[in-house]
Amino acid sequence: MITQQDIRTHTIAVLVDNESGVLARVIGLFSGRGYNIESLTVAEVDPVEKLSRITLVTSGTPMVIEQIKAQLGRLVPVRKVADLTVEGPSVTRELALLKVVGTGEKRVESLRIADIFRANVVDSTNESFVFEIVGKPEKLDAFIKLMEPLGLAETSRTGVAAIARGKESLL
Amino acid sequence: MSEQLSGAEIVLKALVDQGVEVVFGYPGGAVLPIYDALFRQNRIRHVLCRHEQGAVHMAEGYARSTGKVGCVLVTSGPGATNAVTGLTDALMDSVPIVCLTGQVPTFLIGNDAFQEADTTGITRQCTKHNYLVKEPDRLARTIHEAFVVASTGRPGPVVVDLPKDVLMGKAPYIPASRVKHRSYKPQMKADIALIEQAVELMGKAQRPIFYIGGGVVNSGPSACKLLASFVRSTGFPITSTLMGLGAYPASDQQFLGMLGMHGTYEANLAMHACDVMICIGARFDDRVTGRLDAFAPNAKKIHVDIDPSSINKNVVVDVAIVGDVAHVVEDMIRVWKAKQIRPTQKALATWWGQIDAWKARNCLAYKTNDTTIKPQQAIERLYALTKDRDTYITTEVGQHQMWAAQFYKFEEPNRWMTSGGLGTMGYGLPAALGVQVAHPESLVVDISGEASFQMNMQEMGTASQYRLPVKVFILNNQYMGMVRQWQELLHGSRYSESYSDALPDFVKLAESFGWLGLEVESPADLDDAIKTMIESDKPVLMNVHVDPSENCYPMIPSGAAHNDMLMGPEDTAGAGVSDHGMVLV
Ligand SMILES: Cc1cc2nc3c(=O)[nH]c(=O)nc-3n(C[C@H](O)[C@H](O)[C@H](O)COP(=O)(O)OP(=O)(O)OC[C@H]3O[C@@H](n4cnc5c(N)ncnc54)[C@H](O)[C@@H]3O)c2cc1C
Ligand SMILES: Cc1ncc(C[n+]2csc(CCOP(=O)(O)OP(=O)(O)O)c2C)c(N)n1
Ligand SMILES: [Mg+2]
Repeated sequence: MITQQDIRTHTIAVLVDNESGVLARVIGLFSGRGYNIESLTVAEVDPVEKLSRITLVTSGTPMVIEQIKAQLGRLVPVRKVADLTVEGPSVTRELALLKVVGTGEKRVESLRIADIFRANVVDSTNESFVFEIVGKPEKLDAFIKLMEPLGLAETSRTGVAAIARGKESLL
Repeated sequence: MSEQLSGAEIVLKALVDQGVEVVFGYPGGAVLPIYDALFRQNRIRHVLCRHEQGAVHMAEGYARSTGKVGCVLVTSGPGATNAVTGLTDALMDSVPIVCLTGQVPTFLIGNDAFQEADTTGITRQCTKHNYLVKEPDRLARTIHEAFVVASTGRPGPVVVDLPKDVLMGKAPYIPASRVKHRSYKPQMKADIALIEQAVELMGKAQRPIFYIGGGVVNSGPSACKLLASFVRSTGFPITSTLMGLGAYPASDQQFLGMLGMHGTYEANLAMHACDVMICIGARFDDRVTGRLDAFAPNAKKIHVDIDPSSINKNVVVDVAIVGDVAHVVEDMIRVWKAKQIRPTQKALATWWGQIDAWKARNCLAYKTNDTTIKPQQAIERLYALTKDRDTYITTEVGQHQMWAAQFYKFEEPNRWMTSGGLGTMGYGLPAALGVQVAHPESLVVDISGEASFQMNMQEMGTASQYRLPVKVFILNNQYMGMVRQWQELLHGSRYSESYSDALPDFVKLAESFGWLGLEVESPADLDDAIKTMIESDKPVLMNVHVDPSENCYPMIPSGAAHNDMLMGPEDTAGAGVSDHGMVLV
């Protein structure tokens, strides 16, 4: 039975017909009903069937999370809603690009840390690097925090992509 | 290659294909091609409203009284924005509507063109679904899909936005039979294991109660019959929400009347004390539950609903059954019989003894006198004089609406049209017109308030034009009575802006539209006036002067529990509403 307990973070995958306005419907649902969106990514994943996949990270009590899933399922273009947080183990990844500006010791230090985190340098000038890092959101958080004192000037994150482990697929 | 039709012709052909007989609408530049096509055909009738909000409410009245989809046609920009209140109303009350809106041509969309509005953007949150049709090729398919979405699952309004170049373009027609939706598929039949669980709970219940709602009406007259026969075979008491009235015959002994904020004492106390609650097609609205943490505290709750998002939204239930009422109840009856369930008669008898004691409180009693008509009395007399006729009732919003719900007894579904979820003043007159269009020979009465009536009174012209002999029965208390009642309860009787000043002369107003106007002030004249109203073959506006100070009881003040009811003015005087209750609506 569901009770009003603590607030938990859930990653939800939504397969939708890729038609105009579908993203607005999902976002409007969240703003209209006062749910949180911590991360949202969307892209077409099946050009033949014209399906897009939306990955949402949201938080709420178990009752609110149930509502969110039911409300998403109610949208006419939604094919499938899966709660990756409860339906078994899943893999979660995010990509970030970081621009770090500086010279001298700080510049060297940023490169050393990037190496530890297996971030790639995708652009460099005499005074700057752009690092590319892929991993769980927490890993990105840690990397960004370490880069802050080293001249972090700009960050761009993709938001979360997630998929269940194992052989079962969403559709 | 198959025959090419114009976009506007495709629209009409699709409507005919969908069984549409009448469209409620208003013309304008963007929909002129459709109006031209309407002019050149005779399959579909058009009823011209006076304001697009009226058109949507007419379609709602038509839909609720027939079970069919109501169809609306409005122009772009202001036509579409005027329809928004009606669409929201239909969304809240699960009424199947297809609303066609004109739009500027595709190549001007986004340019702030004349009478452009982002209709799909504006209506996204107040429709079940909406579409913008960008190619003539997609017209027929989209309209067919719109009807399926509007009428199946949990019904609701669907907007189809039609740019003018699409209406003027050409394409072949696609019949409804060739259109299938890719993802939309509401669940009708429920998991049988859950139904068995529910039936077993019911079999063991000591203090059971059925709590039914609008979903039973949505499921159709045969669902109502099935449910009624099931309820009778259990011997359990049954209560209904405002929206479910008529789904179960009000005169039946097992019926406890409406529950909720203005529900009966016996219904609310039975809900509070029950040990098994069987909720069917109702959505645990705040007007029904009152204080959530004190709602039926000792009950196991079974909830049957076609929309998974209605379940566990406000109230956590023990058995959640997703499916259509008719399908689920059919299975319940089968399982009930197969398992040979016999409720414990002794416990049931004790339970009914308790309920009868609550009933004896006679919570709807009111005092009459020789000089002023009591609003409750007016409705009781209206009921007595119309119950043996083929009658449909609509209402506006306010005290008169609640008294109508308490005192008019509905024996069948689809006879009662009211705005419950949105509570839209101005709903009743246009809704009555829609009902009358669907049932030209029937008696259609809008139980109205003097303030609500003024919100859509322009539709009097529609009644005159189409000779729709609706009766508007105004309980004129000279106040926005429901507002006044809350001001008495919550704001020290400071009647800020709730007095109905500068009222028109209703009789003259009626006559100016070719209606019959009636005025009644004395209880002694009430019956004759009602009879004159009923007998008239014209639309009638009847101004019934009622006691301006009467309030609607029982009442569960906002934020209070079912067993914390105000029974009359004596209670209100001493009522303390909690801080939490003060912020509730
Ligand atoms: C001034 C005012 C006072 C009010 N006071 C009260 C009051 O005292 N008591 C009261 O009851 N109401 C009152 N209301 C109305 C209230 O606001 C709600 O509109 C009403 O309680 C909701 O009724 P319902 O639960 O039957 O739901 P509805 O809004 O009718 O919803 C129907 C439910 O059934 C489901 N459903 C639809 N079709 C099917 C199907 N085929 N099979 C299964 N399920 C289906 C839907 O998904 C939905 O959950 C008042 C309104 C106003 C304006
Ligand atoms: C469009 C709209 N505006 C405001 C309200 C708030 N409201 C609810 S009842 C009411 C008063 C209704 O007065 P009247 O029609 O005279 O009915 P009475 O309560 O007096 O019977 C008001 C203003 C509403 N429900 N709808
Ligand atoms: Mg009034």
